[in-house]
Amino acid sequence: MNTKYMNPYLAGVLLGLVLLMAFFFSGRGLGASGAVKSTVVTVVSTIAPEHAANSPFYSKYIGEGKSPMKSWLVFEIMGVLVGGFLSGALAGRLKLKIEHFPGISANRRLIFAMIGGILFGFGSQLGRGCASGSALTGMAVLSLSGFISMATMFGTAFALAYFFRKNWI
Amino acid sequence: MGPLIPQEIIGQDWNLFIAFIVGIGFGFILEQAGFSSSRKLAGVFYGYDTVVLKVFFGAAVTAMLGLLFFSLFGWIDLSLVYVNPTFLGSAIVGGIVMGIGFIAGGFCPGVSFSAIAIGKIDAMVFLGGIFIGIFMFAEAYPLLESFYMSGNLGALKLSDVLGISGGFLAFLVIIAALGMFWLGDLAEKKFPREEY
Repeated sequence: MNTKYMNPYLAGVLLGLVLLMAFFFSGRGLGASGAVKSTVVTVVSTIAPEHAANSPFYSKYIGEGKSPMKSWLVFEIMGVLVGGFLSGALAGRLKLKIEHFPGISANRRLIFAMIGGILFGFGSQLGRGCASGSALTGMAVLSLSGFISMATMFGTAFALAYFFRKNWI
Repeated sequence: MGPLIPQEIIGQDWNLFIAFIVGIGFGFILEQAGFSSSRKLAGVFYGYDTVVLKVFFGAAVTAMLGLLFFSLFGWIDLSLVYVNPTFLGSAIVGGIVMGIGFIAGGFCPGVSFSAIAIGKIDAMVFLGGIFIGIFMFAEAYPLLESFYMSGNLGALKLSDVLGISGGFLAFLVIIAALGMFWLGDLAEKKFPREEY
């Protein structure tokens, strides 16, 4: 048993309490991909304002009185970076590195990280939220969508694990 | 009484500050649990480390029960808590695409931020991928819009679909979670790995 990390059951309960706090104060749950979406919208509308204004996607988030970076998820994610950094500092885990299974090269790890990120980014928009926003938060409010996200996400990853095994074991 | 901000018991100005504080808790716990390591996360799919399963279901059950009890005690008005709407087709396909991303990349977006915070370069690349993926979706949106909006069932709860109470569904989820915790421990014994 790896004892460097917190007991997973304790971590689960604490994470659940953080989620409950978000519900109690803000009436909404956690998320992550939404903060990246805000960044994409901001970058595109800065570089190509006309393109953004004419697009049915970007135009939903920009316009008078709307500033995509002043969103709940953007501030939450800034907190995640601070919280993660504090935890890593306390545990002595702050280190620039490419973590990968020793059986594969660092480059291979980065290529698959990139592919995985692209798919996750695309899928999170299609599925209206990622693991934290749709699956975890959705399940906590008993939303059908949350259960579908959880089942399809974990189910697909389990089903394909065999084909990706050389990357991990 | 709650949720405090939608009912303006606490001013709207505090909402982003609360988000930041909630985020600190979120990021701290993710990192403490070991979610800043893709090899630990991917372990659940090969049985050698099932921490994802335990933390994810532990958190879901805790928050689910918390909301039900808060509602019972009159501490929160559940009608003011956001329930993500269900769009059947896009939810299923989106979940499948994310599942492939999960096994390929070893992270999900939330945990990748906690990994970036401690210096994982693979997580930074993963985040770059998320950015590109969202950009691709945004550019392709005119083509995808009709599928994206199809099968709209509204803010539907699973308990309503099954015709059972929220409490009973929570009870079933707890039973399922306990079963998965037991399976997780079994898998870790069956597929043990040394330091990784």
